[in-house]
Amino acid sequence: MSAIPVQAPADAQPLVRVDDLAKTFDVSPPWLNRVLERKPRALLHAVDGVSFEIERGKTMALVGESGCGKSTVARLLVGLYAPSRGNVAFDGQNVHAALARPGGRSLRRRIQMIFQDPYASLNPRWTVEAIVGEPLSEHAIVSDGAARAARVDELLQSVGLSAQDKAKYPHQFSGGQRQRISIARALATAPEFLVCDEPTSALDVSVQAQVLNIMKDLQRERGLTYLFISHNLAVVRHVSDSVGVMYLGRLVEVAAKRALFAQPRHPYTRMLLDAIPQMHATGRARTPVQGEVPNPLSPPTGCAFHPRCPHANARCSAERPRLLDIDGVRVACHAVEEGRI
Amino acid sequence: MSLLEVSHLVVDIPGRRGTLRAIDGISFSIAPGEILGVVGESGAGKSLTGAAIIGLLEPPGRVASGEILLEGKRIDNLDPRQMHHIRGKRIGAIFQDPLTSLNPLFTVGKQLTETIRAHLPVSEGEARLRAIRLLEDTGIPAAEQRIDHYPHQFSGGMRQRVVIALALAAEPTLIVADEPTTALDVSIQAQIIQLLKRLCRERGAAVMLITHDMGVIAETCDRVAVMYAGRIVEIGPVHEVIHAPAHPYTAGLMASIPDMAIERERLNQIDGAMPRLNAIPTGCAYHPRCPRAFERCHVERPELLAAGATHAACWLHDAEHGKAVQA
Amino acid sequence: MKQTLTRWFDGDIGYSFRHSPVAIAAAVVGLICLFCAAFAPWIAPHNPYDLSTLDLMDARLPPAWMEQGTSKFLLGTDEQGRDIVSTLMYGARISLVVGIASVLLSMLVGVSLGLLAGFRGGWVDAFLMRLCDVMLSFPAILVALLIAGVGRALFPNAPNTVAFGVLILAISLTKWVDYARTVRGSTMVERHKEYVQAARVTGVSSFRIMRKHVLPNVLGPVFVISTIQVATAIITEATLSFLGVGVPPTSPSLGTLISNGNQFLFSGEWWMTVFPGAALVLIALSVNLLGDWLRDALNPRLR
Repeated sequence: MSAIPVQAPADAQPLVRVDDLAKTFDVSPPWLNRVLERKPRALLHAVDGVSFEIERGKTMALVGESGCGKSTVARLLVGLYAPSRGNVAFDGQNVHAALARPGGRSLRRRIQMIFQDPYASLNPRWTVEAIVGEPLSEHAIVSDGAARAARVDELLQSVGLSAQDKAKYPHQFSGGQRQRISIARALATAPEFLVCDEPTSALDVSVQAQVLNIMKDLQRERGLTYLFISHNLAVVRHVSDSVGVMYLGRLVEVAAKRALFAQPRHPYTRMLLDAIPQMHATGRARTPVQGEVPNPLSPPTGCAFHPRCPHANARCSAERPRLLDIDGVRVACHAVEEGRI
Repeated sequence: MSLLEVSHLVVDIPGRRGTLRAIDGISFSIAPGEILGVVGESGAGKSLTGAAIIGLLEPPGRVASGEILLEGKRIDNLDPRQMHHIRGKRIGAIFQDPLTSLNPLFTVGKQLTETIRAHLPVSEGEARLRAIRLLEDTGIPAAEQRIDHYPHQFSGGMRQRVVIALALAAEPTLIVADEPTTALDVSIQAQIIQLLKRLCRERGAAVMLITHDMGVIAETCDRVAVMYAGRIVEIGPVHEVIHAPAHPYTAGLMASIPDMAIERERLNQIDGAMPRLNAIPTGCAYHPRCPRAFERCHVERPELLAAGATHAACWLHDAEHGKAVQA
Repeated sequence: MKQTLTRWFDGDIGYSFRHSPVAIAAAVVGLICLFCAAFAPWIAPHNPYDLSTLDLMDARLPPAWMEQGTSKFLLGTDEQGRDIVSTLMYGARISLVVGIASVLLSMLVGVSLGLLAGFRGGWVDAFLMRLCDVMLSFPAILVALLIAGVGRALFPNAPNTVAFGVLILAISLTKWVDYARTVRGSTMVERHKEYVQAARVTGVSSFRIMRKHVLPNVLGPVFVISTIQVATAIITEATLSFLGVGVPPTSPSLGTLISNGNQFLFSGEWWMTVFPGAALVLIALSVNLLGDWLRDALNPRLR
């Protein structure tokens, strides 16, 4: 059941368009504590206004370190969270509005997700057939048990597992095999868009290679669109077409892959690329940037990166930079805008 | 004379379904001041090797045979009290999770001074001064105030620096670091690696760095040992092992790591998975997945043989086989 | 279901059971008691509640191994001539029925409320937990006494089934809290796991997720609590019957037997109260030991 990859005309709508998306979590202490101990309300701006687009059939990667909000963006895109601000448009329609309507369930067939932890993403008490077949039953894609079993066999084979595996339980499989089961489950409804939240971060290197190869093959065969979340820039380099770099809930740079890796603009992107230990540069001497990611509950004023940035000036600590189009890439940096770097 | 000499170490884990051989006769040595990397995938036995050397094997795991010599003297057969003196004084340890490596109930200063005074004959005041200096050395700002803070008041990267300080407190000659940067962000990783390298060079401490991240190994280590299914399959200078691997597993591993510098359409993959401890193949443990296996590999387990600048446990490098192939 | 059971017993739990002499002994004893109780009408040597077979001449006979005892009444007779062995079996039957029924009821209520509280969170959770706190602040026996007493007052001539119903309700009313709190804790952990999120992304309704995904994963501790609570329930019922507000006098449980026999303790006829007491202890002990073993077997850290 593989779709023929669509050759999108040049002016086609992007499949996914995210516009000023924001999500704020209220992590205040309980009301009683606030009253008695006079603690203030604490709001966590996990995602603070991100905008990007993903073309059909392409892979966009979102990178950043812990706390930058990339996982929250992933969950916003599949409808697990409701946005505090902004919207997500899938194939022209507003995702969260559609999901709220009764007819919106069909949208869930077109968007699916793969998770990071291969051990927690499969119900330990269900058989593989039940796990992979659940979306089929839920959306009434198959009519009876036999049809479901046949479809599950197909799905398992498409990820390199065998039909006999459907009677087993998750604990009988290794991490890489479990991740393949997750992929099979995600493909059950023949989706068009897959959000992958660090799918190979918990896997060994050789297993990661297997899973990444499978994902690339499937994308080619079925014309899938991926949003690939990762903190590993080498993996991102391998899988993505375009890359977005996030820091403290904001997008600091969005560019095509080659442009980003060849000529990173934003100081944070440069620091990130420089910080990665490189296998083929043995004994390299580097000067890593000092400082750590600030507490997301009290982000710095103006540009979130300015305390660690070697190019920061007075404007950077006062005014938050907007994501601007500069030479074909989008960067949120005053220094780049002013031409200082 | 080498600082640490491990000779045919075997670690068994008796279980109710039989005894598992987790480490099957490994031998290596670390010279004073050297940084040796031990790399391998999960289940290869690298963490167990570190635990065996520090003497912190979790029961029922135990050293079944072999020797571990530190500065010429055996340490694998010591009783817990004697091992307690060695640990900390001559071997320091850094573990993966900085959150659980520090006791949350004591201040950082108390933990440091306690360690210092346990191993060195100094007074309380002198220990505190040393602790402050250690914290400054590891790059913690305002060390004089922060010494009285609790672990939860430090961020992840700072905590790992405290752990490094703790490991160096009693001036050990060997540090065993088990995945010290895996739980940290990439930018912090770089800082910690730099710190570890600098401090160890300054103090002349050797490091056994256990990790699965080849990039970290490439930047930090002098030599590297590659482990597979409880055995060392290759050991040699880091540049050689990475760029001219002699063992097919090492070669496959290097080829499957996505690299920043080179863009490829498909990553090289090694089919199959590392065998479970209760199902290790006869002969060479890697032969079912090896593209270059031949009859001898199925039957006889290879010893570490000289292969160019490195040593590899692979019959391809046996002198006779080499002659047969060339003939 | 069968698959689940075979998986459990072939695996670690079966192994642990086979290697635990205490668990095996407790299970054997428990099963014997259960068997005797279940099949009492068929295997008891006499029917102690058939008035036509009773003979006052047989009253107050001591156990068979003492002088004046006969082998016809192995453990002696009570003041009406009823064979103690038979009354034990019938009494155990009543005790076990009430005990197991009340545990089932409190399990149903407790697990459902615990799932709801853990899954929904927010004010639902807060309300249910405060309810639990309130329930826990009343001593269980007093609550049971109150309900049983009120029930009797309201329905003085109620048929046996209603009386049993009220008793079972009284005993289970305070016990559901244990289930609710344990299940709530486990649910809160499972709720955040990625397989639950995956089900949400697929579009499965919250109710289905609770029932089909979360429930199987939180049931482990529930079984442990159940075994221990059966013992507590039987003892509670015995206490209530001893105090006279338990089972109706026409179907005496072990507690009633103990209570009746108590009057004769000082006149030297000890067997009328000691044997029912011993039977009660035996049942409660075997169930408790089984519960202990199950808790240790299911604890991954001790394996």
